[in-house]
Amino acid sequence: MSRIGTAPRGRALVVLVPYLWLLFFFLIPFLIVFKISLSDDVLAQPPYAPLLDLSAGWQGIRDFVAALDFENYAFVLGDSLYVQSYLQSLGIAALSTLILILIGFPIAYGMARSPLSWRSLLLMLVILPFWTSFLIRVYAWMGILAREGLLNQLLVGAGIISQPVEILATNAAVVLGIVYSYLPFMVLPLYAALDRLDESLLEAAADLGAPPWKSFWLITFPLALPGLIAGSLLCFIPAVGEFVIPDLLGGSDTLMIGRTLWTEFFSNRSWSIASVMAVLLLIVLVLPITLYQNLQARSLEAGK
Amino acid sequence: MRKGLSLFNITSLALGFAFLYLPILILVIYSFNDSRLVAVWGGFSTRWYASLWQNQPLLDATWVTLRVAFVSATVATLLGTLAAIALVRLGRFRGRTLFAGMIYAPLVMPEVILGLSLLLLFVAVDLDRGFWTVTLAHVTFSMCFVAVVVQSRLVTFDRSLEEAAMDLGAPPLQTFLNVTLPIIFPAIAAGWMLAFTLSLDDLVIASFTTGPGATTLPMRIYSQVRLGVTPEINAVSTIFIAAVTLIVIAASFAMKRQFVADRTHPT
Repeated sequence: MSRIGTAPRGRALVVLVPYLWLLFFFLIPFLIVFKISLSDDVLAQPPYAPLLDLSAGWQGIRDFVAALDFENYAFVLGDSLYVQSYLQSLGIAALSTLILILIGFPIAYGMARSPLSWRSLLLMLVILPFWTSFLIRVYAWMGILAREGLLNQLLVGAGIISQPVEILATNAAVVLGIVYSYLPFMVLPLYAALDRLDESLLEAAADLGAPPWKSFWLITFPLALPGLIAGSLLCFIPAVGEFVIPDLLGGSDTLMIGRTLWTEFFSNRSWSIASVMAVLLLIVLVLPITLYQNLQARSLEAGK
Repeated sequence: MRKGLSLFNITSLALGFAFLYLPILILVIYSFNDSRLVAVWGGFSTRWYASLWQNQPLLDATWVTLRVAFVSATVATLLGTLAAIALVRLGRFRGRTLFAGMIYAPLVMPEVILGLSLLLLFVAVDLDRGFWTVTLAHVTFSMCFVAVVVQSRLVTFDRSLEEAAMDLGAPPLQTFLNVTLPIIFPAIAAGWMLAFTLSLDDLVIASFTTGPGATTLPMRIYSQVRLGVTPEINAVSTIFIAAVTLIVIAASFAMKRQFVADRTHPT
């Protein structure tokens, strides 16, 4: 390693400050969520029964262990409303990710093949929506998809449908909203992978008589795969827990986990059930999140 | 990649960018609609913009949001830059895997989980909820974005510059301030901007961690949006989009000049 950075004490400080911050504000909160998910709701502020009372000494710890139970988990897993929320979230996120790949790939491919002088402009055009407000971009679709909105007016005007149909407040609108909001996250890693692709490989394939579709399938696609996986994870994981999109574009029957958790917390004021849902959501996502972290760490090593 | 666009490439680019930009364009156009009914075009008017200045709750929320964004972006940039240096430069220290995990996980972690867990922490340590709890929450997730942005710049830059400075007798801290910092500065600036806009934009985490007197602009917008589309919200959105677009374009020009300067004047 390089000698840069600082003297040993300085080095320790460079690591310790952000490390302690994340331990305190990121890791410990998860432990608290887990703790609350095992406790009972009471009508108080805060609305859960305290579990571990250290001031009571040994007896307190014994009470704590005795009171530990998974009845909240049994309640959530036994209720079809919650189970459906999980299944529907995974389904909607998976479908959206698939559509994102189908739309994002041609865009990234076109960007990578465009003249060098265009590329920074195109890249900027993909990044710009990412900087503008997520909430506002979802809101923009509410006006378009509404019953008397632009899309219905257009479809009726073109004679495709005879009267306005319900587009807003359906699962289709939620998928559309996710695809729209997450498109930059799919296009950027794909473009990064395609941009690095060595042109001479394709030339060699063509010289050897491979038809374009074959060289695409055997060369372009495998080399773009890391970008495809990174993009898919960047879209799929947050989409599963999405709240704003199903809340604004979905109907009352759109059960997505983020929205159900929000309702439990803000409307039903059940902190323990909301915590259980957060823990279960984390369990569902732990595998894709680990995969994503490994990809990130590997790309960091590769960059060195 | 072989150059030259086919008809298919041009079509997919055109359709892709139309999809990205048409909804925003429509939103902007309807903010100038004289009619209160969103579906009906009642002529050009700027009256919704004028009425914004009378909307005191909205102005208060904007002020809160800007303050939270400014403070949290600044702290997040400091912590995120330290984290990036730790990840790229300090090799294998004990607990590095956990550290890297805690940096990357918030990038994809659903916001409802972050919001709920931070709120439970603030309740557990009995912190009064309001401006500072929202700010602390925003620092926590945006520092990870800053770390990733700064890290990518640290990975690519030429380390021989630092070695030269040290060989000439510069102490580590001075080398960092005079050589490393100027080189990674564009990334730090980009990280600050990213943290700032992430904070401006956040609805979910702020809703969980806020308290009385600290309603942010996205929370204000959200509570109105739930009741339906209104021209006032279109006007707020248009101002927001215009401001962010101008800043991003200006920053990218500044960074391009910096980049050109790096290239043309090798130090």
